Amino acid sequence: MAYSEKVIDHYQNPRNIGTLNKESKTVGTGLVGAPECGDVMRLQIEVDDATGLIKDAKFKTFGCGSAIASSSLATEWLKGKSIDSAMEIDNMEIVEELALPPVKIHCSVLAEDAIKMAINDYRVKQGLEPIVDDKKHY
Amino acid sequence: MNFPIYLDNNSTTPMDPRVLEAMLPFFNEKFGNAASRNHSFGWSAEEAVDYAREQVARLIGSTSKEIIFTSGATEANNLAIKGVYEMYVSQGNHMITVTTEHKATLDACKKVEKMGGEVTYLSPNEDGLINLADLEAAITDKTVLITIMYGNNEIGVVQDIKGISAIAKKNGILFHTDATQAVGKIPVDVNEDGIDLLSFTAHKMYGPKGVGALYVRRKNPRVKVTSQMDGGGHERGMRSGTLNVPGIVGFGKACEICQDEMADEAVRLSTMRDRLEKELLTIEEAYVNGNAEHRLPHVANISFKFVEGEGLMMGTKDIAVSSGSACTSASLEPSYVLKSLGLDDELAHSSLRFGLGRFTTDQEIDFAIDHVKTAVHKLREMSPLWEMFKDGIDLKAIEWAEH
Repeated sequence: MAYSEKVIDHYQNPRNIGTLNKESKTVGTGLVGAPECGDVMRLQIEVDDATGLIKDAKFKTFGCGSAIASSSLATEWLKGKSIDSAMEIDNMEIVEELALPPVKIHCSVLAEDAIKMAINDYRVKQGLEPIVDDKKHY
Repeated sequence: MNFPIYLDNNSTTPMDPRVLEAMLPFFNEKFGNAASRNHSFGWSAEEAVDYAREQVARLIGSTSKEIIFTSGATEANNLAIKGVYEMYVSQGNHMITVTTEHKATLDACKKVEKMGGEVTYLSPNEDGLINLADLEAAITDKTVLITIMYGNNEIGVVQDIKGISAIAKKNGILFHTDATQAVGKIPVDVNEDGIDLLSFTAHKMYGPKGVGALYVRRKNPRVKVTSQMDGGGHERGMRSGTLNVPGIVGFGKACEICQDEMADEAVRLSTMRDRLEKELLTIEEAYVNGNAEHRLPHVANISFKFVEGEGLMMGTKDIAVSSGSACTSASLEPSYVLKSLGLDDELAHSSLRFGLGRFTTDQEIDFAIDHVKTAVHKLREMSPLWEMFKDGIDLKAIEWAEH
């Protein structure tokens, strides 16, 4: 199976690999997947107190090239976004952007889940209710 | 060096130029049907097949009359397992195999179960070898066949074939072995090894794809199988269909070359394999899968913990290897062979199989060592699991948000 150019680019030059201080009140962390499934994604956002915008995003991923690319792309998209518009990111946008084949759609779902989990982690730290996501994938 | 470097010789091998040369005349000059008895075209094809049958038989120590040509090892396994079941079902309907067999064996066994047979699937030890005591314990008065592979395709582990055949013989049970990975790589002798049926194929030993054989013992005991392909009664009625003359000629030549060169080649390959393995094991948290002693000379299966196999393969795109991770398929299940050894899914997902071959060079191995080390390092920098491991976090204690 051939990977798309964009997947290869993100794999070879991953954007925003790294770790933010997960104890910080302005940092939200999402950890999704499981080692036995062959995919674990950790996505972190740091929110600017003054503007409410995401000023930094980092990821680390254990998984195939598509999983790495999905999370790398997600961090790119998150930077500069408000929490509300970050919440709007849909996995199918990632699928389209990276031209993921059907067997790799779960990689984009993981990325979306990681974004939402990171946002909710941040919200809970800020004393807000987590947003319940009832979206059904597939 | 030509890139990518081919290190997947358990999947298939490139054809040896000497094999190709032997085959060429049989496509358009000597194109006759080996079953045509009335003219010289047929006679020369038949003569070529007879000669090749001798070459093939010699490599496994059988007589040429015991070689049934097939389209490959999958067909040979099917013919052996379903053919024995159908032929001997009046004596018993039970068979014994192992969970780490190739799918061709496991699925043929499933078919036997559908036809009303019973199959016991033995689990191997952690090192891939089976316990002979387990085998003996599984035998019932209805057991007619034991089918256990010679050398495993994923981990290269070589079973105690003589031990297995002794048990089969003592109990009056037929013994079939899928020796696809072993024939031509290590000495295999149907008489010394006590084998009644043996499957093998040309394309794993530098011959062409689309041709293989089933060895069917003719004496002590005389074994019969019910044909699975009916028609003109070729191959002593066990496998009808016009013989693939160029393929068979190539198979014969491939066997002859293996016979002549196998001993030296095995030493050369195992030296290279051991060097590759030793170097890769200098990487932290890297493990060899399968018994390292009872093993084919050209295979190494290594897990690199905390990196995922498919991601690793993408990072090692200048070498062609195979991964135990099943991320490539729709299911998220990793290799059932590695799982049968009791490996955590996580380690099974993190494995690469290196299959060296006749045309592998020392320079290529040097390159592969560097290439894999670099990729593992890069992916671990990206891996949250590696970071947690380094921070001393127990990954088993985490509640994973599975999807």
